[in-house]
Amino acid sequence: MTEFDELKDLAKSTRREIISMIAKAGSGHPGGSLSIVEILVYLYSRELRVNPEDPEWDDRDRVVLSKGHGAPALYAVLALKRFFPLSELSTLRRLDSRLQGHPDMLLTPGIDMTTGSLGQGLSVANGMAIGSRLRGKRIRVFAIIGDGECQEGQIWEAAMAAGYHKLDNLICFLDHNRLQLDGPTEKIMDLEPLADKWRAFNWNVQEIDGHDFVQIQRALERAKKERGAPHLILAHTVKGKGVSFMEHNPVWHGKAPKPEELKKALEEFQNG
Amino acid sequence: MVEVRTDLRDSFIEKLIELARSDERIVVLDADVSTSTKSHAFAQAFPERFVELGIAEQSMVGTAAGLATMGLMPFVCCYAVFASSRAFDQVRISVAQTRLNVKIVGTHGGVSVGMDGPTHHSIEDICLMRTLPYVTVISPADDVETKAATEYITRLAGPCYMRLLRVKVPRIFDSGYEFKPGRGLVLSPGSDVTIMATGVMLAHALKAQDKLQAEGYSVRLINIHTIKPIDEDIIIESAKTTGGIVTCEDHSIYGGLGSAVAEVLVRHCPVKLRTVGVRDCFAESAPPHDLFEKYCLTADAIAHAAKELIQEKV
Repeated sequence: MTEFDELKDLAKSTRREIISMIAKAGSGHPGGSLSIVEILVYLYSRELRVNPEDPEWDDRDRVVLSKGHGAPALYAVLALKRFFPLSELSTLRRLDSRLQGHPDMLLTPGIDMTTGSLGQGLSVANGMAIGSRLRGKRIRVFAIIGDGECQEGQIWEAAMAAGYHKLDNLICFLDHNRLQLDGPTEKIMDLEPLADKWRAFNWNVQEIDGHDFVQIQRALERAKKERGAPHLILAHTVKGKGVSFMEHNPVWHGKAPKPEELKKALEEFQNG
Repeated sequence: MVEVRTDLRDSFIEKLIELARSDERIVVLDADVSTSTKSHAFAQAFPERFVELGIAEQSMVGTAAGLATMGLMPFVCCYAVFASSRAFDQVRISVAQTRLNVKIVGTHGGVSVGMDGPTHHSIEDICLMRTLPYVTVISPADDVETKAATEYITRLAGPCYMRLLRVKVPRIFDSGYEFKPGRGLVLSPGSDVTIMATGVMLAHALKAQDKLQAEGYSVRLINIHTIKPIDEDIIIESAKTTGGIVTCEDHSIYGGLGSAVAEVLVRHCPVKLRTVGVRDCFAESAPPHDLFEKYCLTADAIAHAAKELIQEKV
């Protein structure tokens, strides 16, 4: 047994739920959900001050999934952490479900912000971080943004504001899976030098392997020690991580697996 | 009586400062226009409760939403055109879909902004904000109403858009004024025609009423300060009483007060409607008075439309 065996198991369960719910729904975004699994599993297992029994707890840490199309990953982790029943995952994208295609804070227990139109979540996270400060709270805010999302101008408005306001209670994971809907980010609209851009906006920047729990833990520990600036954790990830035929393939940005593909993916989890 | 002219931006911020002394939830956000929106007075009174976002209205609206999730009551102060159309998607998703307690104050409504020209004339804001579920849309006509509306929206739990003006406007209401949310206010009863006005146009409608009365017409004059939710009852009652309605707004004739009234009329009591507002065009740079003349936002234009309606009835 190593320190992270339990989390690795949870990550595997999360992937199983993600693929199953998207297959059942017949639509959704598997690629960008699978790339943020370790980040979410770590946050909800080791980092966040949250309470599934009281998801509205005033002093809880906040999570904003700015790349809202990664909702299945967040739903899976929240359900596995008992914010709502696991059985509900099969209602994704169905009429009257609490699980919308993109996160809805008014419907789903544990969702802190409604997102889906890319670029908006980081500004909201800024407001949460400022609000925590104004209310004399020690609430931390965790945002998860996509690399393709960094093509939105509002991301850089928010980056500038967070740097200027020195929001050191804000930690932003950038899911750098290098693929977007139409293809590789460098072919659609190159983002590089991405880490330098964030440094230029006065953020503390760290680069990690976003699938490595040791590195996620270390980055968060360091972020907590460094004051005076917001924290950007540039997580190098693999789009479609954990499903061989989905990995590195932009086709799986927003496509549901067919029954045969679901079977194959589940077998891979079983054997992996 | 001596005409008192006031700046609604000052009235708003004075009232907000007064309210903020006892309501710690109130915070103000601005995007580098605080001396123009007058929110700088709030910044001086409560420096720690004023959040500067720079020239970034989308970021500002998002930040306000985040503040609201933390139990605060953010007031976004910004030119109407940028608060509504520039940051529309942010208002739509981060504020309206979430029903968060964000108050958006668009300080430069309509062509009455004047010389800055059509880029800065907000003639679509009421239309845009009105399409968003859960967003209350308020357009006060004078300083008394602005203060009363400001007090009201701090009691309202949920998103609100309040449209203010850059030009000074005459005081219309006295100290006994009571703001009734979602209710139109009958300023004078009448039987020949109804005039419904909002914001800066109420003063012009009053003058139109004087002209029409001097010519022997009986005019029912109504102030509509809440455009959403619209007061259906007063529209239906007016249609039944007078058989015709003229709406007046410093806004496009598409999507604003005129449209809101039309939507009610066609469902409940179809009578003829004339809409005084900016026709299907952008205006231009000029002093507000000249723009009102050229783009037919005048007492004469209102009176003319009213007489047309009365004649068509006969």
